Amino acid sequence: MIAIKNLKVDLGDFLLQNINLEIDSGEYFIILGPTGAGKTILLEAIAGLEPVLEGEVWIDGREVTRLSPEKRKIGIVYQDYSLFPHLSVKANIAFGLKSKKESKASIKEKVSAIAEMVGVTHLLERKPQTLSGGEQQKVALARALVTEPEVLLLDEPLSALDPETKERMQATLRELHRRVRVTIVHVTHDFEEAVALGHRVAVLNDGRIAQVGTPEEILRQPSSEFVAHFALSRNIFTGEAEEGEDGHAFIDIGGVKLRAITKLKGKVRLSLRPEDIIISKEPLHSTARNSLRGLVSDIAYRGAVVYVTVNVPPDFTCLITRQSFEELKLWRGMRVWITFKASAIHVF
Amino acid sequence: MTKTHPKNSSNSWGPHKIKLTSAWRKPDGMSLVFVLLGVIILLFISAPLLKTVVSSSPGVLWNTLLDEEVYSSILLTIYAAMIATLAGLFLGVPLAYLLARHHFWGKRLLEGLIDIPIVIPHSAVGVALLFVFGSNFLAGKVFHSVGIGFFNSVAGVVIAMMFVSLPFLIDSAREGFKAVDIRLEKVARTLGASPWRSFFGISLPLARRSIFSGSIMMWARGASEFGAVLILAYYVPFFGHYARVAPILVADRFTSFGLGYAQPVTAIVILISLIVFILLRTIAYRGEKA
Repeated sequence: MIAIKNLKVDLGDFLLQNINLEIDSGEYFIILGPTGAGKTILLEAIAGLEPVLEGEVWIDGREVTRLSPEKRKIGIVYQDYSLFPHLSVKANIAFGLKSKKESKASIKEKVSAIAEMVGVTHLLERKPQTLSGGEQQKVALARALVTEPEVLLLDEPLSALDPETKERMQATLRELHRRVRVTIVHVTHDFEEAVALGHRVAVLNDGRIAQVGTPEEILRQPSSEFVAHFALSRNIFTGEAEEGEDGHAFIDIGGVKLRAITKLKGKVRLSLRPEDIIISKEPLHSTARNSLRGLVSDIAYRGAVVYVTVNVPPDFTCLITRQSFEELKLWRGMRVWITFKASAIHVF
Repeated sequence: MTKTHPKNSSNSWGPHKIKLTSAWRKPDGMSLVFVLLGVIILLFISAPLLKTVVSSSPGVLWNTLLDEEVYSSILLTIYAAMIATLAGLFLGVPLAYLLARHHFWGKRLLEGLIDIPIVIPHSAVGVALLFVFGSNFLAGKVFHSVGIGFFNSVAGVVIAMMFVSLPFLIDSAREGFKAVDIRLEKVARTLGASPWRSFFGISLPLARRSIFSGSIMMWARGASEFGAVLILAYYVPFFGHYARVAPILVADRFTSFGLGYAQPVTAIVILISLIVFILLRTIAYRGEKA
């Protein structure tokens, strides 16, 4: 378990303060916030890499506030992976074990076991510069996990990956977490990532925690406009998936059945980008498989674009340009149709 | 984009490369003028060196080299500059690391202080060093008690060289450490490495190129020092002989016997400096390709 009490970190031009968190053993915990919110600093404070001005950090019932990083039993993976460029993949992974002065035989055994687990056995002799982003990511994970840390800290680990690799790495992370049972603290600015991976989420804004809760709680009851705005960027639902015809599935999200393309069954989460939803006054005759009727319940102007919330129920957040907003002459309480393709729904 | 592509202008200072790339298109007036000016400055550097070296026959050069006064002077210069550089590495690299990694009050001042040896006239450096390291003064007394004297001794040559050449090593090493991503060190720490292991296993190997090229510059600058050495250690006992560092030997031969007599020694000194310098730089660049 990690406990953070009244933490304050002062970097001169940035202040992290009033941080109180309790993260359970084996939990997959997400710290969510925009760039500059202080996410990395919080992570580094847990790791002992940033000096703490006030407050306490506890890991597994032990106060570590003043303990040096090498004694905290933690591992860290940065966004750019930070592999040691002058060492081979093998030497990168072995670095932590050598620091702990383990025997050569034990190092060899552990390195090949972890390499096998994350799938980098064929890369062991290579230099980091010759690896793809996804491969470097796996090596960084292996390097952190091989020392059997109690806490694994991930700093935007998926941000630099292309969407496809990102999705695969999410699966890898879930799988790793299931097998290793390590407590993971994962920092991200991507709400979908938070929902896809996190048991619980802490939303960080400007050096303070805005809200802590499960992804659903944060979606349903955002505690502030900031959190709400953050949540607005995605439509996230949970539902029951059942098989339909020709590869489609029906997902019941509480009264409404959506068509999606997935092989998953049972309880699933799904997300839908606001910009993938078309709003119209009359039902659209198109090939899109999902067409629903609802009432405009909220309108939020954001520069050249407008977020329109349509209550079906549940609420769908749609993103349209200012121009089409004016053409449609939308008003709160107006009856509209929303349309989106089955393939626009991301099921996980 | 026209001729002087940034890649070419930064990597190769030979004018021929610029000509090569401009062969694609008609060179503009400015490039022509710049090439011309560049050629003038390159001639200015190379002509005197070349002229001095080719003015003596190989036989005369060989005989000069066999002159005890000459070879012991050259050995003394190489040796003392090397000791100075090693001392600089031991004492200066840690400071360079601190400067690269930490922000503290007065850091700017400190960085300025390190560069001061570059701007002080070197004869003044010699006098100032004598005031501290002379046997009647502060540090001099301490060292004297363990049998190390600086006035007219190899140790004096070393500290004079070290004083004037340290900035080259410290500045270069500092930039080298700055270029090492601090996150690499942070990761190393979380992986159980002590600050020592993180430094010796990560930061130092990754900054080695800058430290090495800084060492070459420090060694070269030290070996060519005249003023400070002249005052502190003009004539020193060196492995059973008495010797002067090469720059002083050249100056002495010129003032005592004239241009003609100074010329072969000068040619030898130039040649050896060039050979060592080119050798070291080749080693440094070969590492870069690997």
